[in-house]
Amino acid sequence: MTNKKTLILGLFFGIIFGFLLQKGGATKYDVIVAQLLFNDNTVVKIMLTAVITGMTGIYLLKEFKLVSLYPKQGSFGINAVGGLIFGVGFAVLGYCPGTIAGAIGNGYIDAAIGGTAGILAGSYLYAMLYPKAFIKLNNFGNYGNKTLPELLRVNDWVMIFFTVCIVFSIFMILEVNAYY
Amino acid sequence: MMSYLSQIRWSPYAVGAGIGILSWFTFLFLKKPIGCSTAFARTSGMIGKIFSPKAIDEKQYFKEFPPAIDWEIMFVIGIIIGAFISAYISGDFKIMMVPKLWAREFGDSFGLRITITIIGGIFLGFGARLAGGCTSGHGISGAMQMAVSSWVSAIFFFVGGGITAYLMFSL
Repeated sequence: MTNKKTLILGLFFGIIFGFLLQKGGATKYDVIVAQLLFNDNTVVKIMLTAVITGMTGIYLLKEFKLVSLYPKQGSFGINAVGGLIFGVGFAVLGYCPGTIAGAIGNGYIDAAIGGTAGILAGSYLYAMLYPKAFIKLNNFGNYGNKTLPELLRVNDWVMIFFTVCIVFSIFMILEVNAYY
Repeated sequence: MMSYLSQIRWSPYAVGAGIGILSWFTFLFLKKPIGCSTAFARTSGMIGKIFSPKAIDEKQYFKEFPPAIDWEIMFVIGIIIGAFISAYISGDFKIMMVPKLWAREFGDSFGLRITITIIGGIFLGFGARLAGGCTSGHGISGAMQMAVSSWVSAIFFFVGGGITAYLMFSL
């Protein structure tokens, strides 16, 4: 595919993603922070539904050799420490890198000015320190680009079935709790 | 159809299923999972290049992730447009300086909110790069591929975020 086509398709898919995020309320600070306080589980419902829908589809497409998967390299060190630092920023800012773009489209000025500048600065800081500063952390509990079924030595579809069941159970608990 | 598109909110399950299906198409046509945070890293390099092109070119990170417009930057620009369209047609578009929940807890000073968003953004940007992804790259795309790195990261996003939000709002 030509580069230009890729860029246009990227823009097009982004428009759909942004539309969906806004319709879900995920472009709003109040919704995101309410999720982190576990007062409103909208964001988790969106994410887990996306995960099981996407998972079933892409693994099926992979069975027919129509797509390849690109699981990311990682280690417990960088994923846990990076995840915690990200989490602090997630709560303090109240947006994440995708939803902040949606928040800008929604007219939220705090996101557009401060949040974007901060994310750019944080990414730049990392790039300046990479890779030297992170070698030790990256070696701590390194699991490469393994998937869960590879790590646990189970069939992909067993893991998918198991995940879908867990996610449905979580949804049932959330809905029953919301009802009472 | 139009009345559905102009609703302010959709069910989170419908939105999630839509995002999952959108992922099938990005895998099929772009051969890429959805992600957002690398776009910010590339852009930071593009801005840095204005001031010192040589220093940027020499950095290992920017050799691996060149500071240039790629599909993901276009994707993030698309998010702004898509969210605007959705907000506009449902009458939910609104210029807002300080979020409601924030104002209730910390007051409506714009200066304070901006200062804090810059600090939060730095943590967010740095953490995303260290973990190798964000809520979309790890939390959605990586988790659906069942990558170990993504499940660990996603869990820690919510652990870190949950504790911090608790300290900020519930104490």
